[in-house]
Amino acid sequence: MKASIFSRRSTWAWPYAIFLAIFVALPLVLIVVFAFTNGDGEFTFDNFKKFVLQPEAVNTFIYSIGIALVTTFLCILLGYPAAYILSNKNLNRSQTTVMLFILPMWINILVRTLATVALFDFVHIPLGEGALIFGMVYNFLPFMIYPIYNTLQKMDHSLIEAAEDLGAKPSTVFWKVTVPLSMPGITSGIMMVFMPTISTFAIAELLTMNNIKLFGTTIQENINNGMWNYGAALSLIMLVIIGVTSLFSDGDEQGQNEGGII
Amino acid sequence: MKKFFAQSYLWLLLALLYAPIIIIAIFSFTEAKVLGNWTGFSTNLYTSLFSGGVRHNLLDAIENTFTIALIAAAVSTILGSIAAIGIHNMRGKRRQAITFLNNIPMLNPDIITGISLFLLFVSLSITQGYTTVVLAHIAFCTPYVVLSVMPRLQQMNPNIYEAALDLGATPFQALRKVIIPEIRPGMISGFILAFTLSIDDFAVTIFTIGNQGLETLSTFIYADARKGGLTPELRPLSTIIFVTVLLLLIIINVRARRAARKQENI
Repeated sequence: MKASIFSRRSTWAWPYAIFLAIFVALPLVLIVVFAFTNGDGEFTFDNFKKFVLQPEAVNTFIYSIGIALVTTFLCILLGYPAAYILSNKNLNRSQTTVMLFILPMWINILVRTLATVALFDFVHIPLGEGALIFGMVYNFLPFMIYPIYNTLQKMDHSLIEAAEDLGAKPSTVFWKVTVPLSMPGITSGIMMVFMPTISTFAIAELLTMNNIKLFGTTIQENINNGMWNYGAALSLIMLVIIGVTSLFSDGDEQGQNEGGII
Repeated sequence: MKKFFAQSYLWLLLALLYAPIIIIAIFSFTEAKVLGNWTGFSTNLYTSLFSGGVRHNLLDAIENTFTIALIAAAVSTILGSIAAIGIHNMRGKRRQAITFLNNIPMLNPDIITGISLFLLFVSLSITQGYTTVVLAHIAFCTPYVVLSVMPRLQQMNPNIYEAALDLGATPFQALRKVIIPEIRPGMISGFILAFTLSIDDFAVTIFTIGNQGLETLSTFIYADARKGGLTPELRPLSTIIFVTVLLLLIIINVRARRAARKQENI
């Protein structure tokens, strides 16, 4: 009997299934429960009303989305050419350069941010909004370059040759063939930059000497100050925004990122 | 000519990306309290980092960071590998459901993972500290282990396991002698990945660490930076972390490339 249980190997996933239920599914359910209850555990919409009625919280929210959009846009602007060059065999052959671009992804985000602050201090750039955006782009640029590089590399190059053979100008080839084919990489890059930028906390505090607050910081402060229900409601709002963003990217990108992080 | 411009762009971007960390590395070899003052070459910051000349907290934080990462990576690797074998043999709805749940920690922003786990521990009235941090780290590391072991299982010839059973091996022997050797490279990559993720983590840690005075490197740096003054010893420390991560990445990449070459030769 014992042997038969073990030889049905699908049962081996059960311990992990239980683990996932307790440490992934249940906690997310708790966010929803806390968001729709008050301190006494009664059902209420008050947490959301409080958010809507507080101009400060709403402003921080909108401001954070703005910062995240600007950061994402700048990352595409700087990152796409880099990814293009890296994946083009005529322009770059070295794997080392590719690795150098990925490497910063693996350094502690606080260490990177501190290093950026140190750099700004060193060249006497004042900390503030400019430093914040600059620092964010610094931190998240590799996350934009990598997925775009990945799709460009897997792209079927005969399509480009076909377009050239059929008489398309290089710029036409780029805009009509290369860019559309690399869209999956761009969308997953947008996810990988927009999501963390909108949800960061700590980074903004360090880069602006506490002068600018982002939505992530607001959530963290509320949780730290014991306003769990309100904090949970704010987290839920953030989750909705992120859910909406991820609707823009198709489901197939997950497969693309699989195992491809290194 | 085009290549020259392209390469210049890449190197300019790299220079910008690495400028901060290089400045930290350079100024880790001088003693000045304030970064940017060069008071002559010295390795004193390195020695005082390790001799405990600094506030004890930093050394404790480093130790905690590493033991947490080791435990979390080890448990994730075991849990994730067993789970991967199970998922690999699952079909239909159940498989979809568990794969979906497995993806959540990877797609969720850290702050959401952190807060959701915080609410879990609070609701179960578990005192937060070392154990809760380890549990939280296992929760967000294991999916990556599952993902790095799965491709190995898919490449494996399913018949060799059955063959081992037919030849009289117990399921446990077959696991040890047949499956594990096949998936070992995936397990090792998964372990390294989990280890780096755990060391790097800040957002999940800060929500699950509690207020018993426990610190990891990330929370230490955060507290330190908020106080305004940066402990100078963080400079050599960042440099060491940077070099370690560099080495780990080189190891992973060399392994991956060797594996790819092996695959091509078959």
